[in-house]
Amino acid sequence: MSLKDFMNKSISPWMREKGPHSDIVLSSRIRLARNFSNQTFPMLASEEQLEGIKDIIVEHYGDQTFKSYENFSYVSMNDLSAVEKSVLIEKHLISPHLVKRQKRGSGVLICDNEQVSIMVNEEDHLRIQLYFPGFQLHEALKEANAIDDWLETHIDYAFDETKGYLTACPTNVGTGMRASVMMHLPALTMTKKLNRMIPAINQLGLVVRGIYGEGSNSVGNVFQISNQITLGKSETDIVEDLISVVHQLVEAERHTRVELIDHSKVQIEDRTFRSYGVLEHSRLIGSQEAATCISNVRLGIDLEIIEGVSENILNELMVLTQPGCLQHYASTALKPHERDQLRADIIRERLQLEK
Amino acid sequence: MQCQECHERPASLHFSQTINGEKREIHVCEKCAKDKGYVTNPGEDMYTLHHLLAGLFNFEPDTMKPSTPHDNLSLKKGLECPNCSMSFSQFKKIGKFGCATCYQTFSSHLDPIFRRVHSGNMKHNGKIPKRKGSHLHVQKQIESYKEELQQLIEKEEFEEAAVVRDKIRGLQANEEAGDDS
Repeated sequence: MSLKDFMNKSISPWMREKGPHSDIVLSSRIRLARNFSNQTFPMLASEEQLEGIKDIIVEHYGDQTFKSYENFSYVSMNDLSAVEKSVLIEKHLISPHLVKRQKRGSGVLICDNEQVSIMVNEEDHLRIQLYFPGFQLHEALKEANAIDDWLETHIDYAFDETKGYLTACPTNVGTGMRASVMMHLPALTMTKKLNRMIPAINQLGLVVRGIYGEGSNSVGNVFQISNQITLGKSETDIVEDLISVVHQLVEAERHTRVELIDHSKVQIEDRTFRSYGVLEHSRLIGSQEAATCISNVRLGIDLEIIEGVSENILNELMVLTQPGCLQHYASTALKPHERDQLRADIIRERLQLEK
Repeated sequence: MQCQECHERPASLHFSQTINGEKREIHVCEKCAKDKGYVTNPGEDMYTLHHLLAGLFNFEPDTMKPSTPHDNLSLKKGLECPNCSMSFSQFKKIGKFGCATCYQTFSSHLDPIFRRVHSGNMKHNGKIPKRKGSHLHVQKQIESYKEELQQLIEKEEFEEAAVVRDKIRGLQANEEAGDDS
């Protein structure tokens, strides 16, 4: 398979579209946790119960089209190889938790353009996820609600008047909603301003963390900002709070980029061109170094220091250079040094595509 | 260490308070803690050192004592979910509910947890599933009209307030009619 074909397969179609503020906000996501009423949550459910949940989903929603989300198809975790599972995790279509459980009846329902994925029998019976490119949280919430209503036509949700949607973890009860945005914040990270802003952001009930979920460090200056509180506030209020903080972060990042160019133009040029050089010429590159260089190059593109490279390169290479994706490309398991070699090859070839 | 309020009794509660980003260490005795409002309901929410160390879910004072076979038995017997058989001590260890019924089974112990996890909030204020009947939706609509009414009255826009008031009356009348049938 050529790299171009592989890229087309590996990058979710929705990701290739441009959204508002997509120079800084890479994507917006809404996730809803939902459970069937009168059914034990997946952790304690028997395999028969889990299969039963899955059967209802497959029967009513498998191969269906809802609005612009076409051909929802169900993928069972048991039918996937370890590499295929990693690819789905790297594309954020499933969580590591879904893979770890290794139970019957666990899987995911994904629509054609991969904008919507519905995990079945993860921590909760259903985890509905919806992505939009750029900064589009209002749209994402509206669409997630529509999908939620669509699912409700055949499902009776576990719901309590005072506690809201009942979830396996007390941290999700209420709305069951986690709204988040993925942001590229190189200038705020470089100037250490982000660290000073995080406590204030936390006080608003929002969390800043590195990408690839909980407990991991930031890779390549890409951060996820999401709500922590799910009980007591309406979905709209939670999203409004997040939007206002994201707007401020976008402004701060833009402002700091201008400052950097005004005061340290040569240093920024040096940093971006060095990184570009590393990406263009290295023969072995680790994931950390690649992520750092890709972030610098993307900053260089945004600041018009580097020309002739598409800004999509960050989103694309962030996915393509992950271990699962590399091994999928190679169609075989790779040792770490083999991965470093293939990663360097893919990045060089990707840069060649621009020329 | 002496209580920093009465300077008489030994301080038994130690905690830090953050107000507008300013951190303050507080060491008080139990009596002053209650008098000064640091602790509202002793049985429910005491921020002693032990409680803090015990973490988010292990807030039950009983669990801090060395357990005896009798304690375990009574705790287990008293609190076990009839649907999924999860015991309260299991829940505290794992931090996850076994099923929706657990919420009812453990309800008397859950508010402190929700309060901590959700910044003091304990009541859902968001979406209501369509299937749960129109009653909840109507109640919510009435509540939001009432808020609107209050705002209109404050702004002295009485004509519009009257319209909203009639909407509330209409909804309430429908609700009552529905209850009778």
